[in-house]
Amino acid sequence: MTRPLFVILLWLFALPAAAVPDATVLDPAVVKKLAAEDSDARIAAIQQLGSQPGAASLLQAMADDELLVSGDTVFVLDGERALDAASGAEIKPVPETYESVSVNSRVRSHLSGVLAALRLQDADRGVRLAAAQSLQGSADAELMPVLAQAMAREADAEIKAVLQLAHAQASLASPRVSDRLAAVVALADSTSPATRGLLLPLVKPGNEPDARVRAAAAKAVKAIESRLALGEMLGQVFTGLSLGSILLLAALGLAITYGVMGVINMAHGELLMVGAYATYLVQTVFRTYLPQYLDWYLLAAIPVAFAAAALVGMLLERTVIRRLYGRPLETLLATWGLSLMLIQAARVIFGAQNVEVANPVWMSGGIELMAGLVLPWNRIVIIGFALFVLALMWALMQKTRLGLFVRAVTQNRAMAGCVGVPTGRIDMLAFGLGAGIAGLGGVALSQIANVGPDMGQGYIVDSFLVVVLGGVGQLAGAAWAALGLGVVTKFLEGWSGAVLAKIMVLIIVIVFIQKRPQGLFALKGRFVEN
Amino acid sequence: MNDTQTSQTWDDNAPSFGHMLHAGVDTSHKVILYLEDISVSFDGFKALNKLNLTIDAGELRCIIGPNGAGKTTMMDVITGKTRPDTGTCFFGQTLDLTRMTEPQIAHAGIGRKFQKPTIFENHSVFENLELAMKTDKRAWVSLFAWLNSEGRDRISDTLKLIRLHAEADRQAGLLSHGQKQWLEIGMLLMQEPQLLLLDEPVAGMTDDETERTGELFKTLAGKHSLVVVEHDMAFIEQLGGKVTVLHEGSVLAEGDLATVQADPRVIEVYLGR
Amino acid sequence: MRTPFIIRLLSAMSRTGWIALAAFAALTLIVMPALHLWVPESSPFHVSTYVITLSGKILCYAIVALAMDLIWGYAGILSLGHGLFFALGGYVFGMYLMRQIGTDGSYQSLLPDFMVFLDWKELPWYWGVSDSFPLTLLLVLAVPALVAYVFGYFAFRSRIKGVYFSIITQALTFAAMLLFFRNETGFGGNNGFTDFKRILGHDITSPGVRVILFSLSALVLMLTLLLSRYLVTSKFGRVLAAIRDSESRVMFMGYNPLHYKLVIWALSAMLCGIAGALYVPQVGIINPSEMSPANSIEIAIWVAVGGRGTLIGPVIGAALVNLSKSYFTVAFPEYWLFFLGALFVGVTLWLPEGVVGLWKRIKARSAA
Repeated sequence: MTRPLFVILLWLFALPAAAVPDATVLDPAVVKKLAAEDSDARIAAIQQLGSQPGAASLLQAMADDELLVSGDTVFVLDGERALDAASGAEIKPVPETYESVSVNSRVRSHLSGVLAALRLQDADRGVRLAAAQSLQGSADAELMPVLAQAMAREADAEIKAVLQLAHAQASLASPRVSDRLAAVVALADSTSPATRGLLLPLVKPGNEPDARVRAAAAKAVKAIESRLALGEMLGQVFTGLSLGSILLLAALGLAITYGVMGVINMAHGELLMVGAYATYLVQTVFRTYLPQYLDWYLLAAIPVAFAAAALVGMLLERTVIRRLYGRPLETLLATWGLSLMLIQAARVIFGAQNVEVANPVWMSGGIELMAGLVLPWNRIVIIGFALFVLALMWALMQKTRLGLFVRAVTQNRAMAGCVGVPTGRIDMLAFGLGAGIAGLGGVALSQIANVGPDMGQGYIVDSFLVVVLGGVGQLAGAAWAALGLGVVTKFLEGWSGAVLAKIMVLIIVIVFIQKRPQGLFALKGRFVEN
Repeated sequence: MNDTQTSQTWDDNAPSFGHMLHAGVDTSHKVILYLEDISVSFDGFKALNKLNLTIDAGELRCIIGPNGAGKTTMMDVITGKTRPDTGTCFFGQTLDLTRMTEPQIAHAGIGRKFQKPTIFENHSVFENLELAMKTDKRAWVSLFAWLNSEGRDRISDTLKLIRLHAEADRQAGLLSHGQKQWLEIGMLLMQEPQLLLLDEPVAGMTDDETERTGELFKTLAGKHSLVVVEHDMAFIEQLGGKVTVLHEGSVLAEGDLATVQADPRVIEVYLGR
Repeated sequence: MRTPFIIRLLSAMSRTGWIALAAFAALTLIVMPALHLWVPESSPFHVSTYVITLSGKILCYAIVALAMDLIWGYAGILSLGHGLFFALGGYVFGMYLMRQIGTDGSYQSLLPDFMVFLDWKELPWYWGVSDSFPLTLLLVLAVPALVAYVFGYFAFRSRIKGVYFSIITQALTFAAMLLFFRNETGFGGNNGFTDFKRILGHDITSPGVRVILFSLSALVLMLTLLLSRYLVTSKFGRVLAAIRDSESRVMFMGYNPLHYKLVIWALSAMLCGIAGALYVPQVGIINPSEMSPANSIEIAIWVAVGGRGTLIGPVIGAALVNLSKSYFTVAFPEYWLFFLGALFVGVTLWLPEGVVGLWKRIKARSAA
């Protein structure tokens, strides 16, 4: 994606500036004719030059109105120097009076066709691709043979596809019905909205005399539209999933601290913040001491953020939260107080402004699935990361001794204590784990959102909704709820705007709880209530 | 004992139940509670499995069974806390309990005492009984409700009956375990239900208290129907009613205590394996 | 034989209680107004505009705290969305005040300035009764109560309780804040309502109006106290406390907790609405930040600091916290959040019964 773009930019800016004829010497007589009075003569000259690969920059100069004529000397200016258009030799002295060769619209259309054809023969793949792309959407019937030739010659599949499209577009302007019909059929495979715009007029009888072409065009438009709609939908599902995976990372920590331990931690969002600031600090350290590895700072940030958030979490558990076990409303208030203090601490240490955390280069860009549907790498990485953390946590809770102890303490604290589970330490470790996972969420968040003291506040309500929706103590429930909530939010946003979407999500959650008070994955039986 | 009981008459002129109908349950077929084919399962575990049970009007029925036999779940179904997956549950001839909410069922005339004494620990003993008293229990009415002398007398009678007269103004949470059990029984009586469900009513009581409880239940039977879940065989013997044995969510045996105790299947369930 | 209502009301409070209330009435209805209006500013006994406005504000907060205590302290339901009801009352009254500006706004239009700015040609339908003072008063009561009733109905019906309920109320006020931030919602967006000119035809900044609003706030607070006192000593209050302690037991006794919760919940919201309507003309502004979750949760800390489950506690708590806020945000703005955070932690850890509980403990110790 980036490379073609880069080449186009180079092509657009660099070429006109370097409008110096190539070293290849062109036939001076033909070059002279470029400045002829008669348009037909000029067109003939252009066509003649079109067969010579070295003429591209000269013709480009002409298209840019930079081909100058003084008497019968045809030349271009390179800074102070005047260079002969045919040979490239310097002309001294620089002619005092000159005018640019006039290019009227008829001449210009020939000129651009020939130029494009020339570029399509260029040795550089990038130049060819850019030329083909530039023809897409602007091609007219006269270019059909040029494009057909180029297609036959072209070996590169990507360029060939672009050429095919351009050829089909050019054919649409052809006076022959068979050309147009073939073109319409070829264009039906396109995914670009521009193609749809191209085909749309053909559906009307006024624009297209032939009924078969009209029918084919209507069919093609339909096909393109459904493909576009699919692309848009997939795009929304994807952004929804990536929002959901952020929610998931925020909610997974909560699923442990609230879902499993029953501690409602309003400072959870601030643990995300701790993780994000830890990422920022790691980035700063890499910038200062290891600039050559800067691209990989994120990998180092993962354990650091986990540790930082886990430490803060364990500190909170040791000092405050453990004294409030079994009193959820008091815990809620106390942890809210802790969150205020953490926010203010971040303001004092890092300032009230957002800090800048950059995406590493390998995370910029994305995969283009189809026209108009680009999946950015940073979001793909975050979704993968969230699933990885989910799997890790599941394994930790189900397969390790710590997980066993945590589940034992959750189910029956007194009994677990009796059989020798160190409940106090398990509480601290489990809380640290939940906090650490929030820290990982902070790493992910730093890649797609602003990092500032208030960043955690926006996620706390959402992530609690996830836990409420998913059902208490249920990792799978939390995962489905987070992803579902993310996708639904994005769809509603597309449909009604962000604010109304938020309100509707809230209403949906409330309605949902009417039906399933215990969440998606309900526990039933005598453990409910009491 | 008996003369305190005479004051516990079921007053037909008591204040109405407000918006909820309470014309008395239709026991024209001499049956007050029908449970038919009730099944309840929690995540695949069948707590009740096609349970059939009929309680006659005025009967005193004891339910026994090992842990997990479905005794508490059965009570949950009758009081509307748990909805059965299948089966019907009728109070008298007309009231379908599976379609009623907990307060509606309570109004219809079913009172329940929980296994663990659940009284309002922050309220006084007197207030606990006042809250339980049969009266209009709508929110708007409670806003302007004022205890009249008649109500005071009823509370006072019950206090004597449950021997907590001296503790009337004490905070209920400060009572002993046995006293709490009595208070809850007293609250149940204040509700004037026609069917009383009692989950382990004598757990934690002294022998003396247990015996008095048994006496009380026996005097209540006849006018009311009682379903008592108990483990204390001596207490069941004292009550002397029909005994139903539950096992794995359905009825294993039914009859008087001696018959049931002689049943080989019952012996196997309690002693075998 | 029914006991006359007035006797029930009188018996709802002790003698000391009545004396304290009378003293408070004298202070707020006579002494402070007189010292503000008729004692010259040079005199040391003069009560300044700042003091009147700050006290008026705190009185409104005290009403909110009491409303919060009814629902949290007595019914055990912690709402983190009471700021919404406060703001709704404020917005309803603010609409009336906006209409009272008339053509004195910056655009000299009959429409409120922000509507002119948005190029709106006429008032949206929901501004329909904003010209009428009595109808506005009615809406001040009705809107918060109705919103609370509808929300509460669905929440209580599905037996959402404890922290679940708290979180959902927080989400509710958060969503409402986002809604009010939008210009299209028709309540002035970010800026909300401000630059009020007059109320019932009188200049809103005149000392007379200021004193009346202040005294009215005090009066409403006292009436709220009496009402709360009556509620918590009535059978209704005892059922509420019973629901708080064991909801299922109450249900098996034949009470429907849904209706009890709804009544106290809607009433609490209504009281908040009244407080909001009194607050807005005194501080001269209402905007969506009043609905931020942080504001609502701060209400809980007022109640907790004072002592929940008592009626005087919330009033004391609201006064203490807001006086410290006024002091801190001027003297050490950097440290206010640290202080507030520490207050949340400290009160829940060491002062679960608040200042009132502390006072009781000290008294009990000195008596022993």
